[in-house]
Amino acid sequence: MVKIIFTGPEGKSYEVDAEEGMTLMEAALKNMVPGIEADCGGACACATCHVYVAPEWQAKMPSLANRSEMEEDMLDFAFDVRENSRLSCQVKITADMDGMTVFIPEQQG
Amino acid sequence: MPAPIETEALIIGAGPAGLFAVFQLGMAGARCHVADVLEHAGGQCVELYPGKPIFDIPAHPRITGQELVARLVEQAAPFEPVYHFGESADALERLDDGRFAVRMASGKVFHARVVVIAAGGGAIQPKKPPLRGIEAFEGVSVFYAVKDKEAFRGRDVMIAGGGDSALDWAIELAPIARGLTLIHRREEFRAAPETVRRMRALVAAGKMDFRLGQMRELIGESGALRAVKAAHGGETFEIPADRLLLFFGLTNKLGPIAKWGMEMEGGRIVVNTENFETSLPGVFAIGDVCVYPGKLKLILSGFHEAALMAQKAIGHVQPERHHAFVHSTSSDILAEKLKG
Ligand SMILES: Cc1cc2nc3c(=O)[nH]c(=O)nc-3n(C[C@H](O)[C@H](O)[C@H](O)COP(=O)(O)OP(=O)(O)OC[C@H]3O[C@@H](n4cnc5c(N)ncnc54)[C@H](O)[C@@H]3O)c2cc1C
Ligand code: FES
Repeated sequence: MVKIIFTGPEGKSYEVDAEEGMTLMEAALKNMVPGIEADCGGACACATCHVYVAPEWQAKMPSLANRSEMEEDMLDFAFDVRENSRLSCQVKITADMDGMTVFIPEQQG
Repeated sequence: MPAPIETEALIIGAGPAGLFAVFQLGMAGARCHVADVLEHAGGQCVELYPGKPIFDIPAHPRITGQELVARLVEQAAPFEPVYHFGESADALERLDDGRFAVRMASGKVFHARVVVIAAGGGAIQPKKPPLRGIEAFEGVSVFYAVKDKEAFRGRDVMIAGGGDSALDWAIELAPIARGLTLIHRREEFRAAPETVRRMRALVAAGKMDFRLGQMRELIGESGALRAVKAAHGGETFEIPADRLLLFFGLTNKLGPIAKWGMEMEGGRIVVNTENFETSLPGVFAIGDVCVYPGKLKLILSGFHEAALMAQKAIGHVQPERHHAFVHSTSSDILAEKLKG
């Protein structure tokens, strides 16, 4: 089990136990974390699963900043996109993400 | 308050499932009214991928979304459906006589013996950015589509987005606007390369501006926009604009229908697969909006669901009549209609 912490725009945190290999989006949905809508079910076609990776984790795991061209295109449909923005359906959970925090934006697309 | 519209069946959604339901109900002997929040028939096929070829429609090795819908409309036409576009279904209530009253957001009311929900993924709407107070500007100086180009003549226009709609309209409006600024979060665009080239040429020729950035705030009073505050890489700036066009794609939300009291699962409506009735007798759900074990979100599935739905629904519409299953090749009703 890998512990992931989702923090909402009001600062409320949801600690979830995720399995390796699932995506951040699936972990959020499975645990009913509010604010991740995932309208397209993970097809990278809706941008309603937008999250911000905690900066210290981004620094620790530079690969977290690797967005594919498709994800980059889809982020055009998200709001307030930052350097640490990711579509959570495109991030596969690995063992070394244990304890990672991701922030949920104020509004999904 | 106008009088309610009386109909045997009300179909909510004019996507492929709703259109084929008109045909199936028609062949069974029922007249339909069809309401859709969009301004035209076709649902996702027309709104999201009109030109894309579809390869898995039986007997059509290849057909575009637009063509498929045109044929469905033609196939349904003999049954004289009445379409109500720009109408979004809002509330459902059972009347004392067993019929349903369905109220649209506009206030229009339908009285129907059966209600068929063919709402797909829900009402397809433009995405709205989280800018404080944006509602007051909408329809006055902030728009999600261009209905009339002339409304932008001589204006300071700002367009936000990086896809084909944003760039096509920038190119189209630049010559008639007083000034035009395109704002996008990055240097790359999803739009077709030729469109991007034309846009850059206009920028190079001083016919329009391009700014890198994301919007932060709308500035203006009582709906009248004066400027847009935006930011990029830690720097904040203001761009004067009295018209703003936003192109952040579409989203669909099932909205109020989800609260009509039917059993739901994962945001979709649970149905009985024998007849596609929901947990409310007389209310049916077909197409992408319904859910059952093994459900596939395919156009094909919606057609099958419409056929089974009609067999049961006709019993609610005309309980006094005996209804037997007939093939289209031997349907008297259809033969009569096609004679016209
Ligand atoms: C890019 C893309 C490619 C696809 N390719 C294929 C393919 O190759 N083969 C295939 O079989 N399927 C394909 N699909 C899926 C297919 O388009 C859907 O399964 C199909 O459109 C579902 O039809 P529907 O009639 O149930 O719903 P929709 O097409 O979603 O239509 C529903 C309609 O209901 C309206 N509506 C919703 N809520 C309300 C309301 N409250 N009041 C009034 N109106 C309302 C909507 O405006 C919409 O017009 C594809 C989908 C996409 C997005
Ligand atoms: S779930 Fe749709 S883009 Fe991630």
